[in-house]
Amino acid sequence: MPKLQELQDLTIQVRRDILRMVHKVNSGHPGGSLGCTEFLVSLYNEIMELKDGEFDMDGKDEDLFFLSNGHISPVFYSVLARRGYFPIDELNTFRLLDSRLQGHPTTHEGLPGVRIASGSLGQGMSVALGAAQAKKLNNDNKLVYSLHGDGELQEGQNWESIMYASAKKVDNLIATIDLNGQQIDGSTDTVLNMGDLKAKFEAFGWDVLEIKEGNDLEAILEGYKDAKSRTGKGKPVCVLLYTMMGNGVDFMMHTHAWHGKAPNDEQLATAFAQNPETLGDY
Amino acid sequence: MKKYIDQGSKDTRSGFGAGMTELGRTNPNVVSLCADLIGSLKIQTFIDENPERFFQIGIAEANMIGIAAGLTIGGKIPFTGTFANFSTGRVYDQIRQSVAYSGKNVKICASHAGLTLGEDGATHQILEDIGLMKMLPGMVVINPCDFNQTKAATIAIAEYEGPVYLRFGRPVVPNFTPADQKFEIGKGIMLNEGTDVTIVATGHLVWQALLAAENLEKQGISAEVINIHTIKPLDTDMILKSVKKTGCIVSAEEHNYLGGLGESISGFLAKELPTPQEFVATNDTFGESGTPAQLMDKYGLNNKAIESAVLKVVKRK
Repeated sequence: MPKLQELQDLTIQVRRDILRMVHKVNSGHPGGSLGCTEFLVSLYNEIMELKDGEFDMDGKDEDLFFLSNGHISPVFYSVLARRGYFPIDELNTFRLLDSRLQGHPTTHEGLPGVRIASGSLGQGMSVALGAAQAKKLNNDNKLVYSLHGDGELQEGQNWESIMYASAKKVDNLIATIDLNGQQIDGSTDTVLNMGDLKAKFEAFGWDVLEIKEGNDLEAILEGYKDAKSRTGKGKPVCVLLYTMMGNGVDFMMHTHAWHGKAPNDEQLATAFAQNPETLGDY
Repeated sequence: MKKYIDQGSKDTRSGFGAGMTELGRTNPNVVSLCADLIGSLKIQTFIDENPERFFQIGIAEANMIGIAAGLTIGGKIPFTGTFANFSTGRVYDQIRQSVAYSGKNVKICASHAGLTLGEDGATHQILEDIGLMKMLPGMVVINPCDFNQTKAATIAIAEYEGPVYLRFGRPVVPNFTPADQKFEIGKGIMLNEGTDVTIVATGHLVWQALLAAENLEKQGISAEVINIHTIKPLDTDMILKSVKKTGCIVSAEEHNYLGGLGESISGFLAKELPTPQEFVATNDTFGESGTPAQLMDKYGLNNKAIESAVLKVVKRK
C-alpha cells in the first residue's frame, strides 16, 4: 500500500526532526512527541480534511486540530512544517530567541497552523468545544479534533468540558487521549491513578473507542475511520489512543525519563541509527 | 459648575443587558455565554431573541473562558458573563493563555464588581480584578459609570477587535451620562473643568466625584472632574493636560489602591510630571457584608472621602 509507505517514511523523518530540534537547544519534550508521531502524521496527512493555500485562522469548511498538551510541540511543528504550513528550515529555530517556534505552541508570533496557545494544561478541550460549536453555528459540517495527555486529565477543567460536551451534544468533536501512562514524576498510576478512563468518559455520556496499537499506522487509520463514522450522532467522540512514550527510539521507550530531556550527541547518533533518513533532514 | 441630572437611577448591569439586546439585533456574530447567572447579568432578552446564540455553560467558568476562545475561531464575538470575581481571579490562567496570549476576540463581562455587591460579603466582592486584568498584555480594561455608559461600552467593544475586560456592578446608581454619548475606548470624558484639583474617577465613583466637586465649589475649590471609563489604555493626554493646570490629583475607584486606576495614573505621572496624588480606593483589604452604602462609607469610597482627599492633596502642592 503506497500510502502507508509514504506515512511510514514521513513518520521516521518526523522522529528525526523531533530529535534534532530538542538536541540542538538541549531542551524540549521528545518522549510524548515520539509517542504521538504516528497519530499526528496520520491526522494531518490522511485523516483530516484540510484546505490548501494560505492558513486561515477561522478554518471554515475544513477540519480543525487543537493540541492541548502543548509541550509536545516538536512533533506538532515538524508535522505542520512537512504538511506545508511553514518552511521546513524554520524547524532550525525551535526554542531560539525571536523564533515563531516557541517552547510551547502559540498564535502570538503568527505561526501558521497554530490556532491557540497551549502549554498550561487542561485548557484545550474547552477551546475545541468552542470551535466545534462555532462550526455548528456556521453550518460548517467539518470536524474538530483535539489531543490531550493522559496525565493532563488530572486538571479539573477537562472534566468541566467533558461534562459540557455531552450535555450540549457537541457531536462534531473527536477528542483523543494520548494514553502513554507516563507523566513527569512517574507513571500516571503512581502519581494520581485515574482509574478506568473509558468508563469515566462513558459515564459522562461520550462515545468512546480504543486504539490499542496507537503507534501502528494501520490501526490508527482504521480507528479514526471508525471514530469519524460515530460523529454527528448526538455524542462527542473520545479516542483512547494507547501509545508508547519515546516510540521508535529504544532507550527512550518504557520510561518517563525522556518526558522533558534532550539526548546528548552520542544518544542522538544512536537514535538516528534506529531511524535512517527518509525524506531528507531540514 | 456644570450640572448633571440623574435621568432615573438604574444598575449598570442592566446597561450591559440593554447593550446585549441591541447587539443581538444588530450584530449576528455576537454570542453570549453565561455561567448560571442569567438574571444577574440581565441578558434574558438577548437569550429570548437569539436562543441559538446563547451558551449556558453551567457553573464552570474555566470551561466558559476556553469555549469563548474557541468560538472566536469561526468568527464569533463571544461575551462571557458572570460575577467579577469568577470572571477574573477564578480563571486567570485561562484568560492569560487562551484569550490574552492567544490574542482572541473575547469580551469578558463582569457584573457585581467591588464592595457594592453588598451583603454576600468578601468571597464575592473582588477588589483586585482591575489589577489582574490590566497586567495582561493587550487586555483592554473598562469600568463604566452608569446605565447609559455601560450600554454604550457594551456596544462599542463589539466593534473593537481584541480581548476586553468590561466591569460593572449590582447597585442602582444615578444615570446621568447622555444616552446618545458615543463611547470611545481609551478616551476620558471631561465632566467639569476646574483649576485647583483634578479628580479622576471610574465606575460608581464618578457620580460621587461630581457630588464632591459641587460641595468643594461651595468651599471655594474648583475641581476638574474626569470620567475615566477606560483604565487601559489610559487617556494619559487628558490627565497630563489637566494636572499641568491644577497641580494635584485625586483618583477614585471601587478597587484596591494596589493595582487600580490610581496606580496606573501615578505610574504615568511619575515618569511625565510627578504630581501630588491622593487615592480614594480600598486600602489593601478584603470587604465584608453590609449594605452597599454602609460599605462605601466604611471603606472610604464616597463623595465625603473624595472631598477629604482633595482637601489633603491641595495642601501638598
